[in-house]
Amino acid sequence: MNQVQWLRSENFQRMLWPLMALVGILLFNLFFTPGFFHIEIKDGRFFGSLVDIANRAAPVMLLAIGMTLVFATGGVDLSVGAVMAISGAIAATVIRPDYVKGVLEYGEVQSLFLVLSIPLFFSLLAGLWNGLLVAVIGIQPIIATLILMVAGRGIAQLITQGQIVVFIHEPFQYIGSGFLFGLPFPIILVLLTFTVTYLLTRRTGLGLFIEAIGANSVASRFMGIRERLITLSVYIFSGFCAGLAGLIVCADIKAADANNAGLFLELDAIAAVIIGGTMWGGRFTIFGSIVGTLIIQSLTTTILTRGVAPEVTLVFKAFVIILVALIQSEKFRRLFSGRMARKKVPAS
Amino acid sequence: MDRNNVLIDIKRVSKSFPGVLALDQVDFRLRRGEVHGLMGENGAGKSTLIKVLTGLYQRDDGEILFEGEPFSLSSPQEAAVHGLSTLYQEINLIPALSVAENIYIGREPMRLGRIDWKQINGDARQAIRRLDLDIDVTQPVSSYSVAIQQLVAITRSLEISAKVLILDEPTSSLDLAEVAQLFKVIRKLKEDGIGILFVTHFIDQVYEITDRITVLRNGAFIGEYETNKLPRIELIAHMLGKDPETFSLEQTAEKTKQEKAKAGQTLLEVKQLERKGSMTAFDLAINKGEVLGLAGLLGSGRTETARLLFGIDRSTGGSIRLEGEETVISSPRKAISHLFAFCPENRKEEGIIEDLTVRENIILALQARQGIFRPLSGRRQSEIAEKYIELLDIKTPSDSQAVKNLSGGNQQKVIIARWLATEPRFLILDEPTRGIDVGAKAEIQKLILGLSEDGLAILFISSELEEVIACCDRIAVLRDRKILSELSGEAKEEATIMQVIASKDVNP
Repeated sequence: MNQVQWLRSENFQRMLWPLMALVGILLFNLFFTPGFFHIEIKDGRFFGSLVDIANRAAPVMLLAIGMTLVFATGGVDLSVGAVMAISGAIAATVIRPDYVKGVLEYGEVQSLFLVLSIPLFFSLLAGLWNGLLVAVIGIQPIIATLILMVAGRGIAQLITQGQIVVFIHEPFQYIGSGFLFGLPFPIILVLLTFTVTYLLTRRTGLGLFIEAIGANSVASRFMGIRERLITLSVYIFSGFCAGLAGLIVCADIKAADANNAGLFLELDAIAAVIIGGTMWGGRFTIFGSIVGTLIIQSLTTTILTRGVAPEVTLVFKAFVIILVALIQSEKFRRLFSGRMARKKVPAS
Repeated sequence: MDRNNVLIDIKRVSKSFPGVLALDQVDFRLRRGEVHGLMGENGAGKSTLIKVLTGLYQRDDGEILFEGEPFSLSSPQEAAVHGLSTLYQEINLIPALSVAENIYIGREPMRLGRIDWKQINGDARQAIRRLDLDIDVTQPVSSYSVAIQQLVAITRSLEISAKVLILDEPTSSLDLAEVAQLFKVIRKLKEDGIGILFVTHFIDQVYEITDRITVLRNGAFIGEYETNKLPRIELIAHMLGKDPETFSLEQTAEKTKQEKAKAGQTLLEVKQLERKGSMTAFDLAINKGEVLGLAGLLGSGRTETARLLFGIDRSTGGSIRLEGEETVISSPRKAISHLFAFCPENRKEEGIIEDLTVRENIILALQARQGIFRPLSGRRQSEIAEKYIELLDIKTPSDSQAVKNLSGGNQQKVIIARWLATEPRFLILDEPTRGIDVGAKAEIQKLILGLSEDGLAILFISSELEEVIACCDRIAVLRDRKILSELSGEAKEEATIMQVIASKDVNP
């Protein structure tokens, strides 16, 4: 494909508006927030607002990667926030199994492998549950995942007995606050997940199958695509991403807070996917969802650094999300360009 | 004719949608105490007429009189007020509520500000008994058969005081005994002076129950006939738009003698394959390099046969032999693994994937067979797409054009290309030329003949008899979910096919 073709291609067109929005926010900061682009290297580690934005956005980026695929099949996963809480609660409980009984001693130090694999196993299980409800039993995705969204937080509270389980576990804390190649480890984790997901969907037939299922599941089945199995796998994968995000948050604050971990983050993830240009049922772009997450996070950071009152932050955020979503809508753009065109007619 | 007897008089009603004239000056007259069949093939305008009558659509032109008064509804809700009830194929009852609740929902008799259950149940029992039905009205509707549910829905309509009952394909999901039960009720209602408009695809049923028949074709009024004075062959001729005079009246039996099939091995042999409630047991054999046609009216079981063979619907009995070996085809995937291919009738819902590109639509079935982890490279994809775009002369600016931007004929070609790319040995084409222009139609027909010469076995389904006759070596004729006979050689001509469709069942 030559360059001109690429600029006209569907893929690029879809990415154009989200990218422009992100550039817009960054440009605003270039002029109005001093030192926004300043990046310092201390002890071989990068510091600065940009790194901070990416680091803070990491959990939602992970959610958004899973959510993108779910979205593409024509579904939605509302349970990711709750799964984050479950995953964190399990990790903390593995580290301090007797904390909830009031025993403050740690006992033996748990291996990092167990601290990571047990929560992730249960996250996969949560995804499997969602997938079974949607793909096998045929419940509406929004209802099916709502079950775990509500129940999951309860499960997390049961695990921690309603307490905030604090812990110290150096290797595990690295997941949340460590550095690798000068970058915060969560960012590395996102890059890794993104790359693996990208290769898995775009370098195999999987991505096309997912898009086909989302755009027309009946036709896909008639073509011999394993529509149920793929839908099921996509929900399992979303559960895995949520579990990973839960581990980052838990490791970062060195505590499992079943009430607040991942609260409302499913909404951020959904917003990021939509802003990123993934259609509900059909074409998806994981990169777009990453950009979408960055838009939301850089917006939040910008608002906070501008000293806007926290109460107004959410309203402001909503406003920008509506704006980007509108710009994305072809109908809206046509309305706008149509009016412009009409205005030009009398002048000529 | 006694004018007072006329319940509904539709005069020269027209209705058009963008680009289509759905009704073109249609007349229809329903009298008190008659069952009036409304007949026509797909796109004839039957459902549009019903929707105009019941206020779902607004007519563009013409006049409707109800009991002699000008009559115009702005919404379906108003229809009930005038005593006009419509029953659709899907039953509009609330499954979890009891029979009595369903009958009186929204109009429950009250006593002291509370629902009077005693009265509801008593009234419901009486109302149900009027249809000679004896069921427990306090049981949920879902615990009864579809036929009983239909009758409950009818009871509800009657209780809202129906003068006119519109039955839109009420029997399509009923078995024989259930149909008999429904007909018993219809006859009773007829005696009570209710006018019944009956839409169905089952010819036998029309002759069993209706007094008059109105035939529509392509939105135009063809005629109103008294059922017992209209020979079946003429009815079919009217529906299909053929001149009955030209039919040769030779004995069908002689003509259906099997011609020795073309020299070729048998690819697929079906014995007593059936699916209860959708297709009566049938035998079918198809040879390599042969085009087998399925002819019959809409709803005769053509698509059902195709779906059974492709494993979309599971059969409830019978066997399939593929090159002599017993094979169970339980899913489309299984069928595809045996190198079957299926271009479905509903191009938009079941065939193309609108948002994907032409290239992706073409390679999808092949990629699905290869599985996830053996992806076709971008270059290979383009090669395959380009090959079939050229071979089938698909008109598209490029292979990365979204399929939704193509015309109907080209979309159809994309689906055919998708299957040809899998190099199948058995291709099922369900209405491949419907809704596409004449030029593309001829191309697809030519393509079918070319493919069969290359040794592909093809099952060809079409509503257009000329097309079936022109393309097929043998033709199986269906009616009412049954394969009646097979025609080949000399016998495959329109007159014979229509005679077979019109023939009375020897042993119903």
